[in-house]
Amino acid sequence: MSKIVIDGRELDVSPDLTLLQACEQAGAEIPRFCFHERLSVAGNCRMCLVEVKGGPPKPTASCAMAVKDLRPGPAGEPPVVLTNSPMVRKARAGVMEFLLVNHPLDCPICDQGGECDLQDQAMGYGIDASRYGENKRAVEDKYIGALVKTSMNRCIHCTRCVRFSTEVAGVAELGAIGRGEDMEITTYLERAMTSELQGNLVDLCPVGALTAKPGAFKARPWELTKTDGVDVMDALGSAIRIDTRGRETVRILPRLDEAVNEEWISDKARHVVDGLRTQRLDRPYVRKDGRLAPASWAQAFAAIAAKAKGLAPARIGAIAGDLCATEEMFALKALMDLLGSPNLDCRQDGSKLHPKFGRASYLFNSTVAGIDRADAIMVVGSNPRREAPVLNARIRRRWLRGDLLAGVVGPQADLTWAYNYLGAGPESLARFVDHPPPAKAAPMLIFGAGAFARPDGEAILAMAARAATSLGVVKDGWNGFNVLHCAASRVGGFDVGFVPGEGGLDAPSMAKAGALDLLFNLGADEIDVALGAFVVYVGTHGDRGAHRADVILPGAAYVEKTGTYVNTEGRPRFAERAAFPPGDAREDWAILRALSDAIGAKLPYDTPAALRAAMRAAHPHLGAVDAVTPADGAAIVALAAAGGAPSSAPFASAVDEYHLTNPIARASATMAECAALARAPQRFAAE
Amino acid sequence: MLSDADRIFTNLYGFQSPGLQAARMRGAWDGTKFLLEKGRDWILAEMKASGLRGRGGAGFPTGLKWSFMPKQPDPKRPSYLVVNADESEPGTCKDREIMRNDPHLLVEGCLVASFAMGANACYIYVRGEYIAEREALERAVAEAYEAKLVGKDNVHGWPFDLYVHHGAGAYICGEETALLESLEGKKGMPRMKPPFPANMGLYGCPTTVNNVESIAVAPTILRRGADWFMGFGAKNNAGTKLFCVSGHVNRPCNVEEAMSIPFRELIDRHCGGVRGGWDNLLAVIPGGSSVRMVPAGQIVDCPMDFDSLSKLRSGLGTAAVIVMDKSTDVVRAIARLAHFYKHESCGQCTPCREGTGWMWRVMERMAEGRAQKREIDMLLDVTKQVEGHTICALGDAAAWPIQGLIAHFRPEIERRIDAYAANPHSDPVKIAAE
Repeated sequence: MSKIVIDGRELDVSPDLTLLQACEQAGAEIPRFCFHERLSVAGNCRMCLVEVKGGPPKPTASCAMAVKDLRPGPAGEPPVVLTNSPMVRKARAGVMEFLLVNHPLDCPICDQGGECDLQDQAMGYGIDASRYGENKRAVEDKYIGALVKTSMNRCIHCTRCVRFSTEVAGVAELGAIGRGEDMEITTYLERAMTSELQGNLVDLCPVGALTAKPGAFKARPWELTKTDGVDVMDALGSAIRIDTRGRETVRILPRLDEAVNEEWISDKARHVVDGLRTQRLDRPYVRKDGRLAPASWAQAFAAIAAKAKGLAPARIGAIAGDLCATEEMFALKALMDLLGSPNLDCRQDGSKLHPKFGRASYLFNSTVAGIDRADAIMVVGSNPRREAPVLNARIRRRWLRGDLLAGVVGPQADLTWAYNYLGAGPESLARFVDHPPPAKAAPMLIFGAGAFARPDGEAILAMAARAATSLGVVKDGWNGFNVLHCAASRVGGFDVGFVPGEGGLDAPSMAKAGALDLLFNLGADEIDVALGAFVVYVGTHGDRGAHRADVILPGAAYVEKTGTYVNTEGRPRFAERAAFPPGDAREDWAILRALSDAIGAKLPYDTPAALRAAMRAAHPHLGAVDAVTPADGAAIVALAAAGGAPSSAPFASAVDEYHLTNPIARASATMAECAALARAPQRFAAE
Repeated sequence: MLSDADRIFTNLYGFQSPGLQAARMRGAWDGTKFLLEKGRDWILAEMKASGLRGRGGAGFPTGLKWSFMPKQPDPKRPSYLVVNADESEPGTCKDREIMRNDPHLLVEGCLVASFAMGANACYIYVRGEYIAEREALERAVAEAYEAKLVGKDNVHGWPFDLYVHHGAGAYICGEETALLESLEGKKGMPRMKPPFPANMGLYGCPTTVNNVESIAVAPTILRRGADWFMGFGAKNNAGTKLFCVSGHVNRPCNVEEAMSIPFRELIDRHCGGVRGGWDNLLAVIPGGSSVRMVPAGQIVDCPMDFDSLSKLRSGLGTAAVIVMDKSTDVVRAIARLAHFYKHESCGQCTPCREGTGWMWRVMERMAEGRAQKREIDMLLDVTKQVEGHTICALGDAAAWPIQGLIAHFRPEIERRIDAYAANPHSDPVKIAAE
């Protein structure tokens, strides 16, 4: 620790801190534009200037100067830093004046207005009138993709966007061309960016140069109601803030969560918003003469009750989809238990993961934050860049730090970090079954959901466990056996036991023709149910599930209900309700409760709170919101004993088209545009 | 006056061949092995004792700079010498002549300096516009390789490789850290300091960046002794120096002279005096465009060295003496310099990026007189807001010429504003029958 005097206050700080961080510890506010905690230091905005006594008689950029670089006084006194001296105030006012010299005065029509760093800091540190009487610079706006709208006159050249795309997103697609005041931020050839994290550029941009294209000119930040939610677009369960105006969800922003998403979210999480407005099921439907006809709730329930009457329990089944909250699955399972049916499954992709193998067999055991500790990472049967972009950025950051042994078995793709490609299929994984452990302290295996969603999934799982055991990834204080799920509901479904009971059918079997007479489909849109069974679809969008349904009961999307989501680490996260479902649609728990009444197996929960209390009583760890309850690693060792020979089919990622993985995303015009851009062949210069 | 026997650059004007054989006749590569055998510490001590101050403009003692390099090189982080031949300062043309006509002094200096700082590789970063100079330098390097004077197994017993890198013509790449960025293949933008290049330079390794002239004089200093070099110039401003005199003198020239030579003597002896006589002298920019100008009365008897000129709130800089007689439109001249800095600002930090454009625009108006008198003080304030607030010294360099102008020629700016305001028509009013 070294001593430093900041604004007359002496304090002990770590010598590795920058002056800016030290000043913040001393409670002094330092304005900044280019500095960002998660990006490299550029030191170019010059807003964070402070006065350092004893140095040259000019202000110092506090973001780039480390405490250890300061010289003590002649008699060994601690260095003195002033953050509010006349010199500093003059310097800040000067820098602010320069920033505004070429910044247009279009705050009234700027989407950043109200949450603009430049606006705020101009109020705090600027001077009231401009002395600049010349013409302002004009810069052509650039096309950089479907998600980020540019207004380059406003750019203050802080280069946060360039550093983010290069360092965090791992695509060197943004850069600066030109020199001096002619410097421009661009994607060089004005191509769309290919990153799945580009939406974060909008949050990073301290001015209105980069704003969200899909929500342009739609809302002002001060008229929005802000609700804390959980993202369900992937299984990471990123913390999000849902901004609504009236009944409408306007935008989704990340919330800070160091353990999971830090302050990034993927593009799908952010820009799926318009999918919440289109293709919505807003009233019940009943199929009559082969066509779905609008109906009342009573008619819909009557149709179901008529069908359910006298059916043998074994002819009834339930499938839960990827976006369900855990409470609904718990309620539906309770309903199936009351009906006496063992046919229920939350694995519509046909995955062979199962809670019977122990909780450790389906969790991301080392936790997302554990990636920072890992020193060897092998990804099997997954494309983490598509399946969980934010998690992939974390792996990339770990890789950037160096000294990481990285390997991939399965699909070979540009993951933004370099790896040793070890092979495509199970035979490559088999090489590690009797492999001596690497000399690494925290090795990590990441298995994609796609690795187990195949007929030989159980054999793969056993082989994975054997490889994990021989590579020594499960040890005291470290469990490096990780499953990266794609479905937000999956771990929650496993935790409440939404899997076939004794003698029950799994999802692919239930979907076969003639397997069932009555199927409750709770938002499962990624499975084709064969003709024959009477399908009751509880869901939100007119997607594949609704097309096949005989009765549609309109439900609530994830922003329209409270619910618990368990992320791939096994971390229960609680989402608040931000909006209301459209039209006659209702929250899913209420639909299930009413449905149970209609078919004579009434569920005992009258409020969501009662349902949640029952769920937490049955599964206490779901009550520990935001905490990871570690699973016992012994399950992996036990699993290694299981046999089975996997086929030689190569591994495939569970996500084929990143932007179109669920019904909400498929209903979103923005996501459709992004998907089209992603599909289009990359064109290069001179083409 | 410096006697011919004391000149370091004996082929400055290219009267003889720049080739290896001719260079050897002039004394280059003489006893280089002997110098190296005297050891690192001796070279460093001798360079320090010689009082050589960096010739690139800042005047930092060269021997001291070399001694910052790590004594025990880490094999994972080799030391590098980088020679800054990105000579772009307006008015400066001394390195150009060295590379054209005496390149072997530079090549030899690279070897000696690299040895003194434990570097096995040296890069010479040549300005983009210097095509012929780069070719001349490459010829000299090839000759030196051929003669096994440099190379992995050269006759001097110090494995040493020399690379000539050609820049793309950005002024900012003459700033040492921007030069390193450019050499690494990135956009030429200055780095934050600390860490200094001696600690984290090229590819993160210890690096010393020196001007061509500083390196080229080193072997001769070592051969003739620190005392000889120390014998020229005033205290703390030792040695001989290349002066590039341009502008309104009768014979503009490059000349090697002793430091601290009075301005009048420099001009009279080598340049045939000021055009139109000494009474016609208006002002002088004594050290390249980046320093403040000095009016005639203050400069004529001033010794041309670092300390005397900084007492005049100017500087020796690169010793590019720009002489302006009374026919000069001094406001327009500085407006042109302001345009240069606006054009060459890298755009990284705010005060310089926005300030240089602002200053240039105001200067352009002032050159016409199309301004307000209060704007003179505003302009001065803007230069103060740029100066000292930037990562590198380009901000300072852009501010100083304007500060010099306002300090010494404010009445001229005001006169022009008055003249413009007095004439409501920008063109002379035509009289009938004309």
